[in-house]
Amino acid sequence: MDFKPIQILYALWSFSIILNIGLVLQGIVRKIGARVGRRYGIRFYQPYIDIVKNYSLRSSITHGVMFYLGPVFRLTGGMGVYFFTPIIYGSVYFGNFSFAGDIVLVLYFIFFGSLGMALGAGEGGHPYSAIGVGRGLAQVTAAEIPLVMAIIGVAMHYESLSVTEIVAAQQGGIMNWTLMTNPLITILGLIAFLGAMMRSPFDVVLAPQEIPIGPPTEYHSSFLGVMQTNRSVFPMAKTVLFVNIFFGGATNWAAMILKIFLLYMWPVVVGVVFPRFRVDQSIRWWYKYALPLGVVAILVTQYF
Amino acid sequence: MKEEFEKRIVTGPDGKQFEVDPMKDYFCEDRPQVHQPNSNTVIEKFMNWARSESLWILGFGTGCGAIEMRPLMTPRFDAYRYGIQWRPTPRQANVFVISGYLSVKTLKRVVRSYEQMQGPKYVVGLGSCTINGGMYWDSYNTINRLDYYLPVDIYIAGCMPRPESLLAGFEQLKKMIKAGECEGQNKYAENFDWYKANQKKIIKDWDMPDYNW
Repeated sequence: MDFKPIQILYALWSFSIILNIGLVLQGIVRKIGARVGRRYGIRFYQPYIDIVKNYSLRSSITHGVMFYLGPVFRLTGGMGVYFFTPIIYGSVYFGNFSFAGDIVLVLYFIFFGSLGMALGAGEGGHPYSAIGVGRGLAQVTAAEIPLVMAIIGVAMHYESLSVTEIVAAQQGGIMNWTLMTNPLITILGLIAFLGAMMRSPFDVVLAPQEIPIGPPTEYHSSFLGVMQTNRSVFPMAKTVLFVNIFFGGATNWAAMILKIFLLYMWPVVVGVVFPRFRVDQSIRWWYKYALPLGVVAILVTQYF
Repeated sequence: MKEEFEKRIVTGPDGKQFEVDPMKDYFCEDRPQVHQPNSNTVIEKFMNWARSESLWILGFGTGCGAIEMRPLMTPRFDAYRYGIQWRPTPRQANVFVISGYLSVKTLKRVVRSYEQMQGPKYVVGLGSCTINGGMYWDSYNTINRLDYYLPVDIYIAGCMPRPESLLAGFEQLKKMIKAGECEGQNKYAENFDWYKANQKKIIKDWDMPDYNW
């Protein structure tokens, strides 16, 4: 990778685009959820106002250094995933900081935010935070294994650890996508995607009814603002990664936004239809169904 | 003062003895501070607009009036379309709806929750009970006037006020926030001693710090 300073500006430019897509999608999805429940629903730009509101609160209190760093680590995780994934294939401006082994670094960043959040919420000292963190880490660990298997499976399929090369191999029509060339690993990827998106049935971590709001119980004002920013960036970054490695990437923004929207709707539809798992149910589900599927998918990819 | 809040000597897991003073060690003793509005009026106006369009209500029903908030969350009256949402934790909430009569026991919890909210924060008194005690005016265990204990921004009168009047009240609250009139948090900090004296007159078993950070 030959690095030029101007790339930082390009990356920030694409970051602001993806942040806005994330916020608008968040609003639209909540609106859809409300309409399913026969409500009128929030205004689609409500997430913007909520973030501005949280950043503009006057007072905030702290519980210590890790309490400060928790949201920062969380946002770092989201931005790390995003900045090391190429967003538009073949574009000079929107390649971000993609390099030969980026898929390994991205995998690391996916888990990084959860660990930072666990440390920060732990220092918050609220018992609900501790329960949320315990549930969250247990479930993320269980869901992470199929995710890693899916991504490593794709890397084995294309014999490359570079997202750009994986996207390049899928160019030339829908028949070249991983979806068509290796459907089993794509199914595994889509299942793992459900666990990564923090939506029902795997959203017991935040559980507003049983444990009020989970790990962020103590977080408020600008701390919460940072976490809300991450909540629009992180799912978008993961969606971009999945579009790249399973659905042929995109050569322009219109195709990318369309693919992001369609893929984003997958966990939304599942979430609207299926109720929430308890944490023991969800972990059992991951180990019982997703893990064997992952082993089979990896073996099929390697030997057939 | 409850037993668990008294000063005592504790033996640690390593066998060492040390003194624990829960009120000092577990809580912060500082007084609340006045937070001045942003000196740039354009920025302050923009912030006030954002604060008014994103009202996060603390999901804490203090009295029978809380029953009138449920229809606001459900399809018939759906307050979410006006930017009004419910949060389960006081840290993330900005609006505290005191829903109806406030018993002496609940007042303590209300004070704790109110002080944990981050400002600017607003208090809505719902129903006649918060104005003058309403039908409980001579009750032995409810308070009569809410604004002796918390700075109230707006009252919604009635017994019970219908969900429509709640919505109207929230719209009025929004107008007041946009006009920069809702400085209840600063009022509370400025007149802290007066509010505390009033609260302590009512709450006999005071077992918390003066200000719950």
